[in-house]
Amino acid sequence: MPDPTGLELLAGGLRARLGDDAVVGTAHSNDYGSIEIQPQHISAALALLRDEGYRFLSSVHGADEYPHEPRLAVHYELLDMNRPDRVAIKLRVPVDAPHVESVAPSWPTADHQEREIYDLFGVVFDGHPDLRRILMPEDYEGHPQRRDFPLGGEPVLFTHHEAEGLHYAE
Amino acid sequence: MTAPTDTTGKGPSDYRKLEESVTLSPVANPSGLGQSEELLTINMGPHHPATHGVLRLLVTLDGEIVRDLRPLIGYLHTGIEKTCEDKPYWKVVPLVERMDYLAYYFNAMAYVHSVEELVGIEVPKRAQYLRVIHMELNRIMSHLFWFGTSCLDIGAMSLLWYSLRERETILDLFESASGQRVHTRYFQIGGVIEDIPGGGWVDRCRAFVKELPTRVAQFRDLIYANEIALQRLKGVGIVDSQRLLDLGVTGPLLRASGVEWDLRKAQPYSSYDDFEFGVPLGAVGDNFDRMAVRLAEMEESAKIIEQALDGLPEGPVIVDDRKVALPPRHELATSMEALIHHFKLVTEGFRVAPGERYSAIEGPRGELGCFVKADGSSKPARVHIRDSSFVNLQAIADMCRGGYIADLIATLAMLDPILGGIDR
Repeated sequence: MPDPTGLELLAGGLRARLGDDAVVGTAHSNDYGSIEIQPQHISAALALLRDEGYRFLSSVHGADEYPHEPRLAVHYELLDMNRPDRVAIKLRVPVDAPHVESVAPSWPTADHQEREIYDLFGVVFDGHPDLRRILMPEDYEGHPQRRDFPLGGEPVLFTHHEAEGLHYAE
Repeated sequence: MTAPTDTTGKGPSDYRKLEESVTLSPVANPSGLGQSEELLTINMGPHHPATHGVLRLLVTLDGEIVRDLRPLIGYLHTGIEKTCEDKPYWKVVPLVERMDYLAYYFNAMAYVHSVEELVGIEVPKRAQYLRVIHMELNRIMSHLFWFGTSCLDIGAMSLLWYSLRERETILDLFESASGQRVHTRYFQIGGVIEDIPGGGWVDRCRAFVKELPTRVAQFRDLIYANEIALQRLKGVGIVDSQRLLDLGVTGPLLRASGVEWDLRKAQPYSSYDDFEFGVPLGAVGDNFDRMAVRLAEMEESAKIIEQALDGLPEGPVIVDDRKVALPPRHELATSMEALIHHFKLVTEGFRVAPGERYSAIEGPRGELGCFVKADGSSKPARVHIRDSSFVNLQAIADMCRGGYIADLIATLAMLDPILGGIDR
């Protein structure tokens, strides 16, 4: 993990190349550093950090920051295998316009992970080669990992429910 | 395929002569040779004995040749990550253990490690060593199970029984230490639940790790001279290391292609820097190397366990902070304070200040990361496990394209996907 100074230097580098408002903020605690950026700069930011040595994208995952707005967060955990060092890039998009540029074309590992975020949080990755649900059934409605999605209460589709006219979507 | 060499000295047998005398009528466009116009798309799975779980593969075939492959997953999705958000931090452990069901100690470790770093808990040295012992036993156990079932896939059935016999010894050790053979809930936030038992646990463990190299050598003897198995392993499924890195592949698969990357060495956690062990590497990155790397890893794990047992420090096995760890049972009868702490922990759990972090450990299948987000309450706002199988599975198409369908089964086995972890 970069120290707080190293993290600020990385954030400063991103500001210099992408504009002052590209970086929303940085957070550093207990050896874990993350940089929050504006969603539209994600591809450029990851490309810049790749030049800095962070060539391995170890994880892409989502989170719901409910009740804070914008709610839906996407985290990109980058790794520099030579030093070794990690840094997280984070972005947030609102629920009513959850669009993020896909990084799967330049980082193939993001393919399934972006599909998972799309499936469970409903973040739409523009430019993804094959954006479909991955874990939930294709005809499922809703995005279950969102914080306002209730736990339980899921109708289970057994044959005796079919007789009652009960289906997944209801 | 080359003709078997004649070892009897009597020349070709009658059967061989008969076989060679048969001429096949010329086929205009023999299947399996070059791109034919007719491609066949078939389903493998989700219920297929050789897919190691409910994995469905959409395979596009050109005769015997795999032209394209798409994994379809989600058949085992149980929403564990969602359920985690409804449990206090310390009650999440048994849930995450059930994701990758062959690496339960690692799942628990990834989670508790992440929470410990989020809260800032210093784990006692003895607990760290006990964790290392159990994780490395688990790594051997996972590799043994992988080895047995994979050999079954490539036609070597007897190895399943030999590897499961060794695995049984490890499960017995787990049972003595924690009461459970699988999903042990042994790791707690702040340490481990109990010290290892007296009555010969250490001796049994020592005897096992002392014998393991002999067993691994026997495994090698059985499989390395098996022509049928070698046909499916040697030179099959090669993907170059840069492509593997781009696909996010880690663990034995990456090391088989010659990249020295092991989180136990690169970013040591839980006192791994106290031990001396090697990181086995492959040369070409074919299926054979993947097998060889895992077999060698078992021997290295045995070395780590031996060193950890030798250097096992005295001291507590769980942190002395009553806000995060349950008080010892005997104190409940005498101490009102212990009773209150116990009550608070069991009913509400402990609260964690808002924050988030991702930390990773080296699981048997690669980088096993855990992202935990705290919102100030006693339940995590988000728990995400970056399961190594989930990411590694993306490489299956690259490994199988252009190969035979029989190689697909072997390559899939060498990929070692655990569907419980992939679907979560």
